[in-house]
This record gives sequence, C-alpha cells and structure tokens, in this order.
Amino acid sequence: MSGPIEVAHRESSVLRISVRTAAILLAFTLVFTALMAGTYKATEPMVAASALAEKLRLIGEVLPPGQYDNDLMADAITLPPVPALALDDETRLWRARRNGVPVALVFEAAARDGYSGRIGLILAVNANGRLLALRVTSHKETPGLGDYIDPKKDKNKALPWIAQFSNMGFDSVPPKKWRVKKDGGRFDQMSGATISARAVTNASGRALAWAMENRDKLFALPPNSRFEEKEP
Amino acid sequence: MSAYKEIAWNGIWKQNSILAQLLGLCPLLAISTNFVNATSLGLATILVMMLSNFGISALRAFIPYEIRIPVFILIIAALVTVVDLLFNAFLHDMYLVLGIFIPLIVTNCIVLARVEAFAAKNGLRAATFDGLMMGIGFVWVIALLGAVRELVGQGTLFSGIEMIFPTLSGIQVLPEGYPGFLIAILPPGAFFVLGLLIAGRNWLDARANQRMREQRIHHQAEHPTDHPSSAPA
Repeated sequence: MSGPIEVAHRESSVLRISVRTAAILLAFTLVFTALMAGTYKATEPMVAASALAEKLRLIGEVLPPGQYDNDLMADAITLPPVPALALDDETRLWRARRNGVPVALVFEAAARDGYSGRIGLILAVNANGRLLALRVTSHKETPGLGDYIDPKKDKNKALPWIAQFSNMGFDSVPPKKWRVKKDGGRFDQMSGATISARAVTNASGRALAWAMENRDKLFALPPNSRFEEKEP
Repeated sequence: MSAYKEIAWNGIWKQNSILAQLLGLCPLLAISTNFVNATSLGLATILVMMLSNFGISALRAFIPYEIRIPVFILIIAALVTVVDLLFNAFLHDMYLVLGIFIPLIVTNCIVLARVEAFAAKNGLRAATFDGLMMGIGFVWVIALLGAVRELVGQGTLFSGIEMIFPTLSGIQVLPEGYPGFLIAILPPGAFFVLGLLIAGRNWLDARANQRMREQRIHHQAEHPTDHPSSAPA
C-alpha cells in the first residue's frame, strides 16, 4: 500500500519525466529546424541561379537566342493567373525584340486535362501570331505511353511529335482545326494515348488565341508591370 | 560469419527490404516503370539510409525511448530536406533527374524501419554499413523490377539514360514494331512483377534448403554413424 506521500512523489516524478521528454523533443525540433534553415539560407543563391539558368534553357528551346537582341530577363511583365492559360500562380511573360521591333512573346501555359493531371507548357508566339515552338515543362503522363509529348521521351528523335506545332498559326491551321485528328483536327496523335496529345493541342490553341488577342497590349506594357485581363 | 558479413547478407538477400520485409512499396511501385528511374531512386535511397542510420546511431544516447519515433521521423525528414537542397545547389544536373525522387524517400518506411531496428541499437560504423547494405538490397530489386517492366511494357532498356549520361542512349531490345504491353507499366504490372520476383526468391531459398537437407541425408547414408569402428570388417 502506498501512502499519500508516496503518491504525491510518484505524481511529481511523472510530471518531471513528461516535462523532460517534451523538452528533449523541443530541443531536437529546434536543432534540426535550424539545420534545415541554415542549409536553405546557404544554398539559396545557388538554387536561385540554377532556377534562372533552367528558365533560360527552356526559353532557348522555344526561341533561339540569335533571334533577339534585348535582355529578356529585364523585358518581362507579370501575368496574373489568366484563365485562358490555365495558370494557378503568377508567371512571367518575356518579350523578345530585335532593334526595338517586337519579335516574339515567350510565356507559360498549362493543360489541366492531361491523363495524370497538369501538363506545364512553355511557348513562343511571334509577332505575326505564329507559334514558333512549344515545349512541355512538366507532366506526369504515363511513362512509355503518354510521355511522347516531351521530346526527350519521344522515340521519334528526328521529328518528335511536339515539333508539328512549330511555325503553325491560325492562318495555316484555322482555330476549328486546331485539334488532334481523332477530334477532326489537323494534328497527329499516337494511338492509345490520345488524351495527352489532346490536352497539349487544345491548351496550345487556347494559349495562341489568347496571345493573338492581347498581342499589342502585351508588347506595349512597360517592363516589370503587371498585365490585367480587363482595362479598369 | 563475421558481424559485417552478416549485415551484408541480411541487407542484400536474407532480410531484403523488398523481397523479405515488403517495406517501402509505395515509392517502389510508383517509380519502377523503367530501369533508369528505378536505379536513380535506389541510389538516392542508399544515400539517405546511410545518413539517417549514421545520424541516429550518433545521437542514440540522447533519444528517450518513449519519443523515439517522432524524433526519428524528424531527423530523417530533416536529412532528406538537407540532401534535397544540397543536390539542388551543388549537383544541379543530377538534381534535375533525381530531384523529384528525393522527397519521396521520406515515405519509404524501410528508412524508419532500419533506424528503429538497427541504428538505434548499434555503433556508428555498423549502422552506416547496415544503411549501405539495406540500400544495395533495395537498389538491385527495384532496378530489376524497373528493367522487367520496361522491357515487357515498352520493349526497351535504359531509356532516359541520356538524362544522366548525355552520350548514352536507351536500347530498343524488342523489335521496333513491338506494340507494348501497357499493363506492365501501369501499377498492376508492378504488383505482378514484384510477385514473380518474391516467388523466385522463395524458390531459390527453398531449393538451397532442399539441397542442404539432401546433402545431410546423403552424408549420413554414406557414413551412417560417422564412426570408424562401425564400418564392416
């Protein structure tokens, strides 16, 4: 039988152990959070530099650097989440010029109706309203099946599927025909993986229509300003 | 068998994380659609397992038994984040390939299982070695699984290797017109191939046991009592 003093003693020791355990857990949390925060701070400039290099590389894929002479990174505007581009966040739109004359708009878009979710795209539209090139920046399509939308995974290296959009515009393919052949359009798809191709084709058509509609305004906005869908 | 030999044998075959313990199936089944992805995830897993086994073995004296699990998860998640950031900063080309897999490693319960079962009770060197060997056991199975699924599903091997070694390219093993076998690439295919691999391992083990038993019986038949005096004169 334990007396009242002993019970009080046991209770205080339970309390002491709980506090001690909680303090140890807190100490571990602090130390490891500090470790993560320190690594984050230390690597931040390098990570930002690689992200920028990655962006430039992607832009270079849709718009060869020789075609413009302005500083793309400086001549950019901010896009709000434009519904026509299916974007969720703010993105940048870069404007390429040569001797001050508009050459092309480079911007990102997305298709929400891929086979496994969102497909990210980057495209360059030239001043005449032609799609210079289109690339997939991110996707989760089935490997070996729907992933041919990314030329790195396309088995046809000489003429990847996505190259059929290069230098296409609504003057060569009318908007009604800007679909995959299965939907009565002009663009090929691989049999068995139509959904990925359809998503990319339709998203590029929407993005091209949006760019043509807003072309003059997009080129005219001052650098680093923000595009607004409707004039106030 | 020396202690280290036993750790190696356990990691690679006897206690193999996939074939024997069936741990870490979530990343295993999601990533093993082709050989290159599977091997990349495996290599990143080895790194994380060595680091977490090392870290927890080093700190094991300070971790109270009651809260060991939250502390282990905290340490593993922090180490994975640090590895992710360091890869991004210093090995960016590799990060572009492995990057998406590194955060997935936190979901691999084999890491937590080894920390709990081994690193928390053993010294630094043995714990790190165990992480390496368990990781190698994971890599060879996931690589084999990826290779089989890729070969059956697409008829290729090593596709995507140009992302790691730009000079190399994948091999078309089956004829160009091979229509592909979709189910091998989809998640059910992963279960089928994994089931076959586990069956294969069990068969090999059963055969080895059988042979050992036969040898013993054979040995006894030739030398019934193993005593010279009992031999017929």
